[in-house]
Amino acid sequence: MNLADAQSRLDAALQEARATIDAAETMDALDEATRRFVGKRSPAAEINEAIKGMDPADRPAVGQAVGAFKAEIAALEEERRAALAGDDESAAAEHERLDLTLGTHGVRHGHLHLVTQIQRELEDIFVGLGYRIAEGPEVEDDWHNFEALNIPPAHPARSMQDTIYVRLGTEEQVMLRTHTSPVQIRTMETHEPPIYVVAPGRTYRNETLDARHSPVFHQIECLAVDRNLTLADLFGTIEVFVRELFDDESVRTRFRSDFFPYTEPSAELAVSCVFCRGDGCRVCSHSGWIELGGCGMVDPNVFVAVGYDPEEWQGYAFGFGLERLAMIRYGIDEIRTFVENDVRFLARY
Amino acid sequence: MRVPLSWIRDFTPVEAPVDELVAALNQLGLEVEEVVEPGRQIAGVVVAEVLEVTPHPNADKLTLVDIRTGAGETRVVCGATNVVAGMHVPYAGAGATLPGGFTLERRKIRGEVSDGMLCSAKELGLSDDHSGILGLDASTVPGADVRDVLGLDDVVFDLSITPNRPDAMCMIGVARELAAHFGLPLEVPESSVSSDAAVGQDVTVTIDAPDRCWWFLAWPMTVTMGASPDWMQKRLALAGMRPISNVVDVTNYVMLERNQPLHAFDLQRLAGPGIIVRLAKSREKMTTLDDVERTFTDEDLLVCDANSVPQGIAGIMGGQTSEVSESTTEVLLEAAYFERMGIAKTSKRLKLRSEASARFERGTDPDGVLRHMTRGVELLMEVAGAKPAKEPVDVRPHAPERPSITVRTSKVNRVLGTELTDAQVLDALAPLGIDVKGKGDKITAVPPSFRPDLEREIDMVEEIGRRIGFENIGRTVPKPQEQVGGLTHAQRDRRLAADALVGAGLFEAITLPLVPATDAENIVLVANPLRAEDAALRTDLLSGLLRAAATNHARGNPDIGLFEIGRVFLASNELLPEEPVHAAAVLSGTVRRGPVEDDRPVDVYDAVDALTVLLDALEIADHRLVASSPAGLHGGRTATVEISGQAAGWVGEVASNVAAGHEIEGRVVGFEVDLGQMLDAPRRDRAFVTPSPYPIASIDLAFVLDERVAAADVVATLHGSAPELLEEVSVFDEFRSGEFGATKRSLAFRLRYRAPDRTLKDAELDTLRQGAITAVQEAHEGDLRG
Repeated sequence: MNLADAQSRLDAALQEARATIDAAETMDALDEATRRFVGKRSPAAEINEAIKGMDPADRPAVGQAVGAFKAEIAALEEERRAALAGDDESAAAEHERLDLTLGTHGVRHGHLHLVTQIQRELEDIFVGLGYRIAEGPEVEDDWHNFEALNIPPAHPARSMQDTIYVRLGTEEQVMLRTHTSPVQIRTMETHEPPIYVVAPGRTYRNETLDARHSPVFHQIECLAVDRNLTLADLFGTIEVFVRELFDDESVRTRFRSDFFPYTEPSAELAVSCVFCRGDGCRVCSHSGWIELGGCGMVDPNVFVAVGYDPEEWQGYAFGFGLERLAMIRYGIDEIRTFVENDVRFLARY
Repeated sequence: MRVPLSWIRDFTPVEAPVDELVAALNQLGLEVEEVVEPGRQIAGVVVAEVLEVTPHPNADKLTLVDIRTGAGETRVVCGATNVVAGMHVPYAGAGATLPGGFTLERRKIRGEVSDGMLCSAKELGLSDDHSGILGLDASTVPGADVRDVLGLDDVVFDLSITPNRPDAMCMIGVARELAAHFGLPLEVPESSVSSDAAVGQDVTVTIDAPDRCWWFLAWPMTVTMGASPDWMQKRLALAGMRPISNVVDVTNYVMLERNQPLHAFDLQRLAGPGIIVRLAKSREKMTTLDDVERTFTDEDLLVCDANSVPQGIAGIMGGQTSEVSESTTEVLLEAAYFERMGIAKTSKRLKLRSEASARFERGTDPDGVLRHMTRGVELLMEVAGAKPAKEPVDVRPHAPERPSITVRTSKVNRVLGTELTDAQVLDALAPLGIDVKGKGDKITAVPPSFRPDLEREIDMVEEIGRRIGFENIGRTVPKPQEQVGGLTHAQRDRRLAADALVGAGLFEAITLPLVPATDAENIVLVANPLRAEDAALRTDLLSGLLRAAATNHARGNPDIGLFEIGRVFLASNELLPEEPVHAAAVLSGTVRRGPVEDDRPVDVYDAVDALTVLLDALEIADHRLVASSPAGLHGGRTATVEISGQAAGWVGEVASNVAAGHEIEGRVVGFEVDLGQMLDAPRRDRAFVTPSPYPIASIDLAFVLDERVAAADVVATLHGSAPELLEEVSVFDEFRSGEFGATKRSLAFRLRYRAPDRTLKDAELDTLRQGAITAVQEAHEGDLRG
């Protein structure tokens, strides 16, 4: 065999291989076909074997021709393999088709209660301002719920509270806390100032559950005590807080003189209506303002009750209801919604 | 409190428009709840004199009424039966507007032209009285606007007065605030009485409880009972009080004007001509004006006649016996100052609140009693023909001194965050009736006697803040210097627990902690429950969650997965109960997986799943479930959750009768654990262990065991057989067969061994296998199967 013979055999084999490889319908047939042209006893193998007997001058050229032939076959095989694989995928797409909208294996994510979500949101804002979270018991004694907060027995302010008393201690000595303010007292009784805390939690009023009333609701209370805290600090803190809460730099705050036994001066806190921008809407009762809660400078009598020197320390406090905030934000109109636990409500938020 | 603007203008010439007045009152802390302008929707309604009433030719129930107004004569058709010639009535002619925006036209009624209509009180929005046409006083002039005649041109502010401001519970008090705000004068005319009637000369006053009654004045007089004049009735009505008689109306008028309650006794109905103010005897009784017999304690203060017969509860309500009536001819007028707390306690205990008690308990003016009483006598002379004695019997055991308060400008600025000058401090306080002098840190301020709330420097600081306006206070934000904001570990873990249960697909519930009472030993009972359902505090979360499940079931939401994290209340040896924080879950209904898989009813392993997620999230190091059968739970499908060997709660199925009691169909499963106990328990060791790169060797073993042997206990035993090399043990099959006996079952375990430092050899594995088998045989009498 000489160079020309080898070349013509390879050309003929390549032509045949093209047809054979393109005709392979399965991966197995493709492997079989490829082996016929480049495997043992294939034209390529035979010519390779025959090189030893050829004119030494022709040998490199024959070797190159065989290499080129093998590369051609590999390319053909690769091309056909890709085509066959594509066919497989589309066949699988056809035969294994599933409707992914049919359903699930039933894995679900649950929901935190809306009140918990709001509580965390508020806690996180205050944590960002450097505050810590304080807690106290829900069943309180007269000292922490009233007396230390500058609300002595028969004080007219007690008529503002509709208290649920429990049968512990002496008559009207122990009650479900009517506000989160007793946590202020407990915090100050156990910590030296300065103090920067918020106290979220459950509070109680002696009311029967209906659309407008609930015996149980949640408040959050802020207390700061330091050497020179001022009313301006209180107002400023509330202002940055409500901007963050409503995620709106244009929210304005309004403070009106009010009365709480445990703060002096005291103010009612309102924010400009974030829904109508002050034009008046249903949420703000067409006033342009939403009343959020109360605030003020800690009354010196409260400091005296916990053993702080009111000449050395000044502080501020403010608080408001979480359900009320949720009702404003989401247009919820019945407070009992929060304790009925209808799963449609729970799943909505 | 309802405040007519016209009454305010008796004392200060305030002319600001209504919206400015509302803004001012709100800023001052006298919150405006409502503004009532009764005449606002009425226009063109005038006084008409009825000339003649003739029958309507075409209707039995209608009449034709000829009337005269300032503009001439006309005729209307009228359906009322009380109209007679000579009567003065409100007339709405064509073009007039009535409340509701209703405008009148000339029109024919049954063939007769009616030029407008005559109005009832209801049609004018005055009251619900629609029984006839409103009769006006004969002195009214035909053609005059009824808004002027009826006082409907007034504006009434309904104010919510905070309990620290008794001084603002009267017209003069509100006028004082507005005068100060607008920089206007406040003028209260001094009343004087000049009379010397020979009446009640034997009246005496004795005060047996001088610490409770600081001043008592009794002024005898003769009176002519009757109705009070229109102007007084009109003002009382606008202020929300019903006119009764001239004498009673005057006492109310003075109270509204000056915050000094007065009481008028029928002098001749007192058993003895005089007054004794004393504490009640225990269980002493008296019937009050409202016809209720009251029983007293020895802390209640009574106003008695000279024979010591109770005639009134001091400062709260008079007695029935000596009430003034149409036949009264001699009155003993009482004005007094009663100590606040005493009034508050009695009022609260008797659940009896009156306009008088509300004022006395907040604090009336201890120096103003005689002055305000004189105003009352002056009015009685004017409207009830009173002829008073020369002066009242006057007993004043205690005249409190007005406190002198040092105000430091530096402290004012330190609290308010302001830079006020001395002059600004003085100017803020003086218009409120506070006597101020001095400068710097030596300003002295003497509050007026009618401001019991002003006792301390801080009270003055508040007044200054109020007067300069909160909108003029700066805005600064302090930054805590000595702490880092954040949550405690326990607070973070409680969030984590909730998040884990949410991740397990449960919805967080918040249930009412008030529950029906039970006879449980450590239950905390409510002393004043409004309903039997709210008579105690919960001792577990399960009951609330079951109620929530029942509510959902009743509303057609049967597939429930709820959890709650909250406190329960257990009476303890301390005054306050323990308040452990529990975590609990309740699941019922169907796990919806179809048609991908089959739907299936919720079963107890769903509860175990949720609990396991919680335990894993909190990385509780040592926990196990021990079969148990607490009350209310399924005896065969419940386990105690042990954390570090201590019982911490349960997981299992709710007893079917309990579920049925809540009208929940199907199985209800859940758990309840003491979350605080879990948070205190040791957590898994977090020290790093390098995952072994060597191959795993798996061995499967099946044992026939008594069915009461817990699978988890066998797993623990297997772990114990080779703690260093046994990477994982799992149960992969449970099998029962008659061959084993009725109380036996086979459990199959897959044991996966791996060494940290080598490939385990077959011989080693044989030893491990045998060790595992022996351990189970010894610990659980388990026989290796096949």
